[in-house]
Amino acid sequence: MADPFLIGSAMTGGYGGADILHGCTIAVEKGEIAVIVGPNGAGKSTAMKAVFGMLKLREGHVTLDGEDITRLSPQARVAKGMGFVPQTHNIFPSMTVEENLEMGAFIRDDDFSGTMGQIYDLFPILKDKRHQPAGELSGGQRQQVAVGRALMTRPKVLMLDEPTAGVSPIVMDELFDRIIEIARTGISILMVEQNARQALEIADKGYVLVQGANRFTDTGQALLADPEVRRSFLGG
Amino acid sequence: MSKNLKLFLGVGLLFLATGLLLSWNQALFILNFGLVSAIMALGVNMQWGYAGLFNTGVMGFAALGGLAVALVATPPVGEAWRVGGFGILLGLAIGVATVAAGVALWRRMPKGRNRALAMLALLVGGFMLFRWVFDPAVTAVEAINPSVTGNLGGLGLPVLLAWPLGGVLAAGAAWAIGKTALGLRSDYLAIATLGIAEIIIAVMKNEDWLARGVKMVNLKERPWPVPFEVNLQQNETFLGLASTLGFDPVTGSSIFVKLVYMAMILVVLGLVIWLSERALNSPWGRMMRAIRDNEDAARAMGKDVTARHLQVFILGSAVIGVAGAILTSMDGILNPGTYQPLRFTFLIWVMVIVGGSGNNWGAVLGAMLIGWLWLIVEALGPQLMGWITAGMAEGPLKAHLVDSAQHMRLLTLGVILLLVLRFSPRGLIPEK
Amino acid sequence: MDILNALAAFLNFVFIPGLAYGAQLALGALGVTLIYGILRFSNFAHGDTMAFGTMVTIFVTWFFQSIGLTAGVLPTALLALPFGIAATALLVLATDKVVYQFYRRQKATPTILVIVSMGVMFVMNGIVRLFIGVDDQNFADGGRFLISAGDFKAATGLAEGLAIKGSQAVTVITAGLTVAVLFWFLQKTRTGKSMRAFADNEDLALLSGINPDRVVQVTWVIAAALATIAGVLYGLDKSFRPFTYFQLLLPIFAAAIVGGLGNPLGAIAGGFIIAFSEVMVTYAWKKVVTYVLPADMAPDGLLQLMGTDYKYAVSFGILILVLLFMPTGIFKGKAY
Repeated sequence: MADPFLIGSAMTGGYGGADILHGCTIAVEKGEIAVIVGPNGAGKSTAMKAVFGMLKLREGHVTLDGEDITRLSPQARVAKGMGFVPQTHNIFPSMTVEENLEMGAFIRDDDFSGTMGQIYDLFPILKDKRHQPAGELSGGQRQQVAVGRALMTRPKVLMLDEPTAGVSPIVMDELFDRIIEIARTGISILMVEQNARQALEIADKGYVLVQGANRFTDTGQALLADPEVRRSFLGG
Repeated sequence: MSKNLKLFLGVGLLFLATGLLLSWNQALFILNFGLVSAIMALGVNMQWGYAGLFNTGVMGFAALGGLAVALVATPPVGEAWRVGGFGILLGLAIGVATVAAGVALWRRMPKGRNRALAMLALLVGGFMLFRWVFDPAVTAVEAINPSVTGNLGGLGLPVLLAWPLGGVLAAGAAWAIGKTALGLRSDYLAIATLGIAEIIIAVMKNEDWLARGVKMVNLKERPWPVPFEVNLQQNETFLGLASTLGFDPVTGSSIFVKLVYMAMILVVLGLVIWLSERALNSPWGRMMRAIRDNEDAARAMGKDVTARHLQVFILGSAVIGVAGAILTSMDGILNPGTYQPLRFTFLIWVMVIVGGSGNNWGAVLGAMLIGWLWLIVEALGPQLMGWITAGMAEGPLKAHLVDSAQHMRLLTLGVILLLVLRFSPRGLIPEK
Repeated sequence: MDILNALAAFLNFVFIPGLAYGAQLALGALGVTLIYGILRFSNFAHGDTMAFGTMVTIFVTWFFQSIGLTAGVLPTALLALPFGIAATALLVLATDKVVYQFYRRQKATPTILVIVSMGVMFVMNGIVRLFIGVDDQNFADGGRFLISAGDFKAATGLAEGLAIKGSQAVTVITAGLTVAVLFWFLQKTRTGKSMRAFADNEDLALLSGINPDRVVQVTWVIAAALATIAGVLYGLDKSFRPFTYFQLLLPIFAAAIVGGLGNPLGAIAGGFIIAFSEVMVTYAWKKVVTYVLPADMAPDGLLQLMGTDYKYAVSFGILILVLLFMPTGIFKGKAY
């Protein structure tokens, strides 16, 4: 079998001081959803940021569609087709919803009105509120703006850092539905989630990280069924 | 020999060379200026070096020190007190009471339109009452012999008392400004202090009843034990000394006076250094530095950061006030027109940063070095420019260039400040 | 007719001067607030940037006047303005390259940047004094009055004259156009939007592929243009003196803070709030009040709240009130 579409393999590194990741491997196939779960401080977000180039790796490689992108800056990775939605501060609060999307498409020189239409189809509420400052929207709507902004570059991979942090369970379900919809269009999804159970339910692949290393790796369903995973990480 | 000692020796050599090549009188004048500036620099260093507070109102606090000299040392004008003293004091009391009542009202009343209206009514009413009492009194006072006094005069006390009192006045202003601007964004303090300094100078220029405004106050007293040159020149012992040592009594008296001043400034400077070094190495000083280096952590540990900042801001401003008082009593004249922000605020800042922020000895060294540079360029600049342009034909361009020498020093200081910030941000004598 | 006379006096001595001064302050505060929003520090050199731009404009104006090039009823300085802006833009871009860029890369704290801007202020101040000296320079020409007091009296039959100086009209119109262009730029153009995005959320802007160096450069150029325009208008309306421009820092910062630092709309509102407060507090209302009140109630005093020497105290007072009661300003600037 060929290499996965996006893979960060045997990544080791941290933010200058001690290493946080220890030979951690994260991968996602085309059009699939991969979810990183694990206890607090396991290095979930760090692993994702490493894949996106936001911290320097001492060892390991990141490969996108067969191309080694380990040395590229986050901005360059965006140009290569990666989209990233940070956990917080992921919108431009004083700008309107539409301007947020426009800024997402900043690196595109072509006409992006089609992409914007697709995003409005995906998140109809954003279309209604497109002339409202994004900072005035509710938490769930802000997350939609954030995801929409990242989609404006038409990425091949969308990376989400805890997209459901701080939103209500109903909004969470709604967001997960949208994420599945995005994956069906052929975009790979890599996300970090605290709501492990719900996230694994929609995951094609799940990674359970502990102390910056892979503990369990399997399909989402298999992990949900694994008694040890259930006991240690899913609360029984 | 340590590096720091070498630096101080180097600066000492500059003064020695000034004395030998120009004149000792001039060298001492510059030295005294540098020493007074060193006290101001110590005050700024407490605020910036210990606590990271950016005070751009040094000029205002120094001017308050100067005002203290006029208020302490000049004799009271009895006539003026009779016609308007009570009115002015009552007016000021009304003003203070209005502000205090406003603060109390704001705290007591529930938020809403009623509070805003009551506040407005109180302030407008208070202001009217203040003007009604205050204005006639001021007019009366300023009418009394305006060419000589026209003010209430001072307390007629020894000048030396004005030195600590200058510190107290500056501390009071610092308390008021610190109360409002500390605890907010760091640049707000800079802007607020820039403002208060301008206001203090405006008050001193315009309120003639206080210290004669731009008509200036001439000080007839000197701080004990500084003698007057004319008295020295008639003093038998001094004249005898002059003839035995073979110096000109006129220049000699001038130098002698400067030496006495120098000794006095050195005592104050030593005292301030001693106290601030002790404070710096006490638990209080360690806490200050901990707050400066990581405010959030200090806050999390339960330190009242804003209160500590207020403390050090008041202390530093008081030191600046003392230095301002010394400077004015040395000049023998209080002229509000001479207070320029570039000279009194930003020059002191350059001294602190060049010397080494956070280090008292650095601040002193920076003050001596920059103070020397500032005055020597003032003295020699036009001459130097004259030499440079010697080959040029006489004309407007040459005149302009010779004129411009004094502006060169602003440019030079700016460049020095930027270079130090960029390449040696810890200054000549870095913090330990 | 007395109400009309009172109104004429009010317009003549309070409203029109306040409007012109407010427009000048608003332009100055816009520059400060943009630098604050994008580069995240209070630029103490802004007053001297204004002085520099005005100085270059004055030199070019003198040159134009010497070769007989004028703008008719408009001041020649308007023709020279683009040259002043260009020179100032080059100066601040060079300053950014040589001075500020280093600290930006280091992610220095705002206070350090303020001190650095103080150094820049020294240098600019020195340059200005070196070239043009410290004295008053008058460079206004063109039509002195749009409406002169005499004409107004003759036309209306009122006892009070209403004069609109040419410089006041030029100030208000130029400022209006400048603000319109600026807001169009910020709201409608891609570069303008990228600047707002950068001010809003720097990390996300970088992630979106916005080039920070370009944003910073554009910001400096705009700030230089705003500073030069504000400085030239102030100089035309009053007079040019380097030290006055340094002192303008206080009302300009007060305006920017009142409106909420980092908020362009707030800067404009703040400019007018400060200007009108200053003019109203330092104006002697006797004339206006005498017209309105019956003769036996005419006031004895000047009805002046504060002497004009205390005009900066007004900005300062408002600044303190804002700091005490709403530190983020009326329009909610950045509080961090």
